[in-house]
Amino acid sequence: MPIKVALPKGRLLGDTATLLKEAGWGLTGYHEKTRLYRLKSDAFPELTAKVFHEKDVPVQVAIGNYDLGICGLDWVEELMAKYPSSALVRVKDLKYGAGILYLVGSESGGTTSLEKLKTRPETVRIASEYPNLAEALALNLRLRQFNIYPLWGAAEGYPPDTADLVLIPGETSGQKFGHDLVIIREVLAFRAFLIANKHSWETRDMSGILDSLDAVLPLINEHPLPLRIDKPAAAGYLKSKEISEDAVRLALPDGHQQEPTVQLLNKAGLQIDDYPSTCGNRRPVIHLDGVSVKVIRPQDMPLQVANGNFDLALTGKDWVREHRYQFPSSPLAELLDLGFGRVKIVAVVVNDLPISDTDGLRQLWAKRPEALRIASEYTNIADKYARDNHLGRYRIVPTWGATEAFLPEDADLLIENTQTGRTLAKHNLKIIDTILHSSACLIGNSRVTPSPIKQKRIESIVAALRTAVKEV
Amino acid sequence: MRIKRCKGSRDLLPEEMSRFRHIERTFRDCCLGWGYQEVKTPTLEYLHLFTAAGTLTPGMLGRVYSFLDWDGWSGQRVVLRPDGTIPVARLYIDNMTEQGVAKLCYVTNIFRFEETGKESRESWQGGAELIGVSSPLADVELMTLALDVLKRVGIKDVELRLSHAGLIRDLLQKLGLNPQEQARVFDQILDGDTEALARIESAKPDLGRMMISLLDLKGKSADFLSNLKSTLNHSIPELEAHLDNFARIVALLEATEHNYQIDLTSGRGFEYYTGVIFQIFIGEEKIGGGGRYDALVPLLGGGDIPASGFALYLDHLMRLVTPAAITKPEERNILLRVEPEVIGQGFAAANLLRGAGYVVCTQLTDREPATSRWVLEVRRKAPSFVLIDQTKRKDVALPNVTEVLAALGGGNADQGSVT
Repeated sequence: MPIKVALPKGRLLGDTATLLKEAGWGLTGYHEKTRLYRLKSDAFPELTAKVFHEKDVPVQVAIGNYDLGICGLDWVEELMAKYPSSALVRVKDLKYGAGILYLVGSESGGTTSLEKLKTRPETVRIASEYPNLAEALALNLRLRQFNIYPLWGAAEGYPPDTADLVLIPGETSGQKFGHDLVIIREVLAFRAFLIANKHSWETRDMSGILDSLDAVLPLINEHPLPLRIDKPAAAGYLKSKEISEDAVRLALPDGHQQEPTVQLLNKAGLQIDDYPSTCGNRRPVIHLDGVSVKVIRPQDMPLQVANGNFDLALTGKDWVREHRYQFPSSPLAELLDLGFGRVKIVAVVVNDLPISDTDGLRQLWAKRPEALRIASEYTNIADKYARDNHLGRYRIVPTWGATEAFLPEDADLLIENTQTGRTLAKHNLKIIDTILHSSACLIGNSRVTPSPIKQKRIESIVAALRTAVKEV
Repeated sequence: MRIKRCKGSRDLLPEEMSRFRHIERTFRDCCLGWGYQEVKTPTLEYLHLFTAAGTLTPGMLGRVYSFLDWDGWSGQRVVLRPDGTIPVARLYIDNMTEQGVAKLCYVTNIFRFEETGKESRESWQGGAELIGVSSPLADVELMTLALDVLKRVGIKDVELRLSHAGLIRDLLQKLGLNPQEQARVFDQILDGDTEALARIESAKPDLGRMMISLLDLKGKSADFLSNLKSTLNHSIPELEAHLDNFARIVALLEATEHNYQIDLTSGRGFEYYTGVIFQIFIGEEKIGGGGRYDALVPLLGGGDIPASGFALYLDHLMRLVTPAAITKPEERNILLRVEPEVIGQGFAAANLLRGAGYVVCTQLTDREPATSRWVLEVRRKAPSFVLIDQTKRKDVALPNVTEVLAALGGGNADQGSVT
């Protein structure tokens, strides 16, 4: 039986590749520009490796898909905070990839110390990519009333107006999160860790692989990795008190939807400075009176609009649907189809599975004793799909990207977005169902009644964008 | 494919259920008899009810079943009730503050995650809360009520251990510990952590030594407390109020002739409480406990209202109840054998017998276990009714159901009792 190792993409890839090279694993294709997901080792024929988003590594090891894994201790602790009996063993500190999780408040929000927080009568809003650690922290701090906003990213852009606190990774020394943000406490120091599945650790001889790492570990420099924390530029910063009651709060997407978004805004006669930002500024300035802009992840927008933290936001219909399936009575309203960013959300299996549709899948799995494993970034869409199609016993495996690599070893079905289907085909996958056609859309909150001035401003933005969309 | 029950969950089979009901019934009858009124709170509550109460430790709150409801986009989580008292305090604040004193009781399930899955994550407790009274008499009433329930359930050799959270807290404060550290350090001391002890002893040698000797002391009388009082008052006069309160409770308890033991170490986990703490043990197994928690209602925003209460752990009690304690109504069990053509008469007769307090169950197959003393055959042809006494192996033919009832009465039917 092969020994399976889950390796990280992204932040830790460079140093992990160096470590494994020194250790003589002879992995072909594990480098920054890799397009390969499955790797073989020249030195250890019994070893197979797969490359995951770092956050997926502890989950994959805990559920027993992989014997060993490498990822930051922060993601291990995030998993263990919610699921303390996960079958994970923290085997070895690999010394690189150091960082600290900070609890960060803001000067203008008045959240600069724990004492101030504890005496606040209002609910404390905590936003983080680490929702489980955030909840555990809030309990340990004995906050009397708190809400957690789970995020896909861009947490540093949230305080003070969109959240009171953020739990956010940073450098091990001298970390500053930009103007107005204040570090309240260090929550967790982390570095890259070798982890093992508990059962594998207790029953399998992996000493050869472990020895190879031990031999070279002292050679690895202890150094912090540059964490990609975007520092809001001072010029683009807007204090919450400067956002008046009548100001429209508009959320624009970061990532690859920025280009078409700018084009649309320009077509609508709206000029915007420093978006996409060259310096990670999350508060670009729009040339329109009474409108403040913040740049966040499109995945996080529906929840933020539902909570009234933004009046308007540009996101994808896929994320609107994902939100609606989780919260059917959400006040989220789709105001305008923006036409760009077209993708399909599809159900995907491997090519050699002798089925062509969902009925076939259901019949095939009815005969199998094991549960159907469904991997998806869209856990609520995936759950609804499985329920509606009576897929019997199934499990949702949440993922944070590169989902196409999960089939066939680590999942049986994907719920995934695709533009052309080419990437799927390249990975020997086929589409058995189309769940939804998505495109970018403008969203608002149907239950918030804005002031008359604000209402006018919102309407004029929607009208300008509607005209621009029609011109396309 | 067989689908098993959830990890960490538990089925209650008929025999266990009869034990459960026996305890539940006794508990409720006792409480009602003492003038307590039964209430029920919802299974789902907001998480912040329990975080705001500040009485559950972070460790405990980390094991609640919490989730986002279908309208939980604000991030406000709900939980499966992890505690019995806090929801009742909430219920009181929501609905009953105007009436002042409230004596409330409940039987409820509580949910806490347990890692191994070997223990049940859902457990049952019967609780009573006395809200709005701060007197020692109230505390002693609750202890007596708890012991009364156990006696009537049929549990013997019950041990009552007394401690006092106010006393412990003042002592720890005197030792220079802030409220956050107090509970942790107290636990460490009880666990025999010599380092924690040494730290305290070196900081305040006299106090440290006194604390240690106090924890070692165990006594069974009010005199013991008087001795304690004179020693402590001399060196720490601030303790007088708590010691007085403790002494008055013990004096009342003595007058009720209940056995008890004063043991400050039994105050483990005192964070919840402000005054007397009582724990109920059978051997080393804790089967219930309670005490005074005057801070809870104020913490939940209900104003300055004192309260005390207790809970008995039904899951533990179920194991301790002897089968003899549970009534067996087999004497009043009748198996009904009815021919299909006369099912109307058969069922009518059965209902009449049920009205008279008999358990009548219809025979549906040939494989029914013969647990009943009586069999009643209802026939198409005369005689319409045949009553078979399985104990005495005797058949009687009877013309109508009135005669059946008379024959049953003559057949020692009163021996069994249905409660």
